Amino acid sequence: MHLLRKVGFYVIALWAALTVNFIIPRLMPGDPVSLLIAKLGQRGPVTPEARASIEVLLGTDTDQPLLAQYVDYLGNLATGDLGLSVSYFPAPVTSIIGQTLPWTIGLIGLATVISFLLGIGLGTVAGWKRGSWLDNLIPVTTMFQSVPYFWLALILLFVFGSVWPVFPLNGGYDIYDTVPGWNAEFIGSVLYYGTLPALTIIISSVGGWMLGMRNMMVSTLSEDYLLTAEAKGLRPGRVMRTYAARNAILPSISGFAISLGFVVAGSIVTEAVFSYPGIGSALLQAVGSNDYALMQGIFLVITLSVLGANLLVDLLYSVIDPRTRART
Amino acid sequence: MNGPMPAPPVRPVVSAPVLTIEDFSVDYLVDPVVHAVKNVSLTLRRGEVLGLAGESGCGKSTLAYGIVRLLKPPAAIVSGRAVFHSREGIEIDWNLLDAEELRATRWDKISMVFQGAMNSLNPVISIRDQLEDVFTAHRPELGRHERRKRCAELLERVGVDPARLRAYPHELSGGMRQRVMIAMAMALEPQVMIMDEPTTALDVVVQREILREITRLRDELGFAVVFITHDLPLLLEISDRIAVMRAGEVVELGDALSLYTDPQHDYTKQLLASFPSLTGERGSFVRGGMDERLLALDAVRLDDPNAGSTA
Amino acid sequence: MALTTQAAEPVGGAGGFLAGSAPQRARRRRLGLPPMTAKLAAGLIISGAILLFGLLGPFVVQDPTRVDDIGLTGPSSAHLMGTTQTGQDVLAQLAYATRGSLTIGAIVGVLTLLLSGFFGVVGAYAGGWVDEFFSLFTNIMLVIPGLPLVIVISSYVPDKSLLLVALVLSLTGWAGSARVLRGYTLSLRNRDYVLASRVAGEKRWRILAVEILPNLIPLLASQMVFAVIFAILGEAGLSYLGLGASGSISWGTMLYYAQNGLALRLGAWWWFVPPGLLLALFGAALSLINFSIDEIINPKLRNQTRAARRGWLMSRKQLETAKEATL
Repeated sequence: MHLLRKVGFYVIALWAALTVNFIIPRLMPGDPVSLLIAKLGQRGPVTPEARASIEVLLGTDTDQPLLAQYVDYLGNLATGDLGLSVSYFPAPVTSIIGQTLPWTIGLIGLATVISFLLGIGLGTVAGWKRGSWLDNLIPVTTMFQSVPYFWLALILLFVFGSVWPVFPLNGGYDIYDTVPGWNAEFIGSVLYYGTLPALTIIISSVGGWMLGMRNMMVSTLSEDYLLTAEAKGLRPGRVMRTYAARNAILPSISGFAISLGFVVAGSIVTEAVFSYPGIGSALLQAVGSNDYALMQGIFLVITLSVLGANLLVDLLYSVIDPRTRART
Repeated sequence: MNGPMPAPPVRPVVSAPVLTIEDFSVDYLVDPVVHAVKNVSLTLRRGEVLGLAGESGCGKSTLAYGIVRLLKPPAAIVSGRAVFHSREGIEIDWNLLDAEELRATRWDKISMVFQGAMNSLNPVISIRDQLEDVFTAHRPELGRHERRKRCAELLERVGVDPARLRAYPHELSGGMRQRVMIAMAMALEPQVMIMDEPTTALDVVVQREILREITRLRDELGFAVVFITHDLPLLLEISDRIAVMRAGEVVELGDALSLYTDPQHDYTKQLLASFPSLTGERGSFVRGGMDERLLALDAVRLDDPNAGSTA
Repeated sequence: MALTTQAAEPVGGAGGFLAGSAPQRARRRRLGLPPMTAKLAAGLIISGAILLFGLLGPFVVQDPTRVDDIGLTGPSSAHLMGTTQTGQDVLAQLAYATRGSLTIGAIVGVLTLLLSGFFGVVGAYAGGWVDEFFSLFTNIMLVIPGLPLVIVISSYVPDKSLLLVALVLSLTGWAGSARVLRGYTLSLRNRDYVLASRVAGEKRWRILAVEILPNLIPLLASQMVFAVIFAILGEAGLSYLGLGASGSISWGTMLYYAQNGLALRLGAWWWFVPPGLLLALFGAALSLINFSIDEIINPKLRNQTRAARRGWLMSRKQLETAKEATL
């Protein structure tokens, strides 16, 4: 029952995301389709099929009823047809997403996971040893949290790219000396180029996880079962991990949905600063050149990724908290 | 507090002390300082049930937590000590233990059962894990198989199906949880168990069952119990001796029978009077005489004549 | 607006508020105000100063758009914070940018409060299918990432007013608060005193207004502070990407021009550091205020603050013994 509700929710959310994606271009002033097709025409011949697919995606002034358009739109999505991109003409939108998405998932996904684990770990210790230096560090990390991602990225880039050049200024890997593929040079280069962007994301988001976890630890420490654990004479490490942190982490996990949106948002801007070849840069490129088809496609993919991540976290939650399992 | 403390009725010391509390004081060091426990001296004898009665906020729980040093700041022990006497005749002064010794001594020598058990069990790990924890912390030499065997035995001993080991706290009823807590408290066969309102949050029938269980286990295993409650009639039934606390002081200490029949302190009289008579005699404010009638009328006594007090 | 009244307080309380004598503390508690701690004081002073700068600054500085042929120069007596590539005064720009960013923050703060209050509090209070629907809607809005949506929407509209940007930001940002408010309202709704007034036959709107809303005030305040931080950061990001309101000046647009003017490559720190720093400072100050509000909402945290610990009369030795013995 519980699982069914969850899945049901994600199906509805998916539907809502698709629908928002359908409605926005139709609600907006102007005629994106003719603009797009005119632009496409400058780049090369536009086939009638490509034209039709863009019309379905963005809506036209034809008298076709909205409902029929909607059905066509869903049909196109089901077959994976997201139209053609202007800025990367004549590549289909899907292939551009295919190229850029792995970079973003690699960078943002990894950085977010590292930041989460680090924040939870530090928050656990800070809450456990209240008043310690780590605990007193919390206001400082909150300061970092309110630093906008892109500004921090700019500063880091300024310090480590210009003033003290240890890291490359932009890009995802060394495009001159390495060949993309599963070879050591390329992977090393990717890691090297990814360090500074990842650091930006971690520094600006770790404070939030840490503060949340610390506060929950403090609340949890006054629970009765902590007193029991103490009276039982368990080793402090065991009490901290299995009794306090295990319970305190639950709100952090369920709060993941709220935070993930922020993380993704911040990361898009971060990609822009570092000219990272990810999906955020592609989105901005699309915006810059009025590449509506690409833009809609990317928005859809970002939304789906966030939905997917939330589903994963939800499943993880029910593994950690037996009380949700009982309701199945 | 009111008037001098009456001399407790002298009873020949039948057994050696297992826990002595000397001149014990606990203050809450806030502004102004709250004296929660004032110069309390008590002796717990091997195998006896010592009742600790008093209204809420009289310092009885603070005293209990103070004995095993579970007090959190700003509460602090400001005078006195609690000494545990092992069977081998070794004295352990709790105040002198360092962090690791304290950890190792807790539960092994003195274990506790807390109020309600609603929140005394960790909601996210299974009953088995919580029972096993006690063994892994204190008996690391035991193998996994042996640990599990002991956990099953413990549950069986308190009348819970060992299959429930896999259950999580929220899947158990209040009474079951309290039984699990008692099983856990017995795990290391400690010589003293401190029970802080162990039955308060339970309904009357379950309360009776749990009390019967405690008394039976005490008879079998011979541990001493400090039983804390505000429910004086209940204490009269199960305790050997009773200490009445008020505003941080022990105002009267005596064996259950004489405390009941011949309360010395005004506060004890008041406490006794504040519970309605079970015999139903109108107008009898204070129960008249500790009598067989009272016990005979008690539900538990009816279906289990062995339960109840050994006083 | 809660923010302004709180920020204005250090001015009114002048001097004595830091010490906070016992009767004063009691009065603060009665009014439901957070106890004055160093954290709160720092937050109020910093945010108050920035607020004043944004309010009054534009009246004393020169025209921020005035171009001068001196080009990019560092701080000097004529231009306290240097000039941009086109010789515009950075301090003047900063003053106007502060006003712009704060305006966005204020508008979005209020709009978010209204939206999240409506979907969170009213939904939870009404219960039944209304709650089901509202909560489903909130959760869906929550998992649809805000900034990409804002980017997409704003790219369709070439000429955006400040109000439109604020509207889009609040439309994509209210869901988180609504969820928090809903949770808290649900717990309030089942408190004994609410049930009691229901049994007593009070009107539903009266229960909501008299019994529930007053208890929600600290949470509403903290959610609003969050909304303001979110809005200012969001607008800055949007403007930095060149998607902000047309013709406005904010911390984000300053950074956008700094980036495009190669301030970074040229080492013109006086151009790109101040707007970001003000952003961070303002955000941090609001977070500090939120810490104090949190301590009202969650009493368990309150007992653990250093202010509370300072009230203990424990000697160092006693504290150490306690630390050794217990968590």
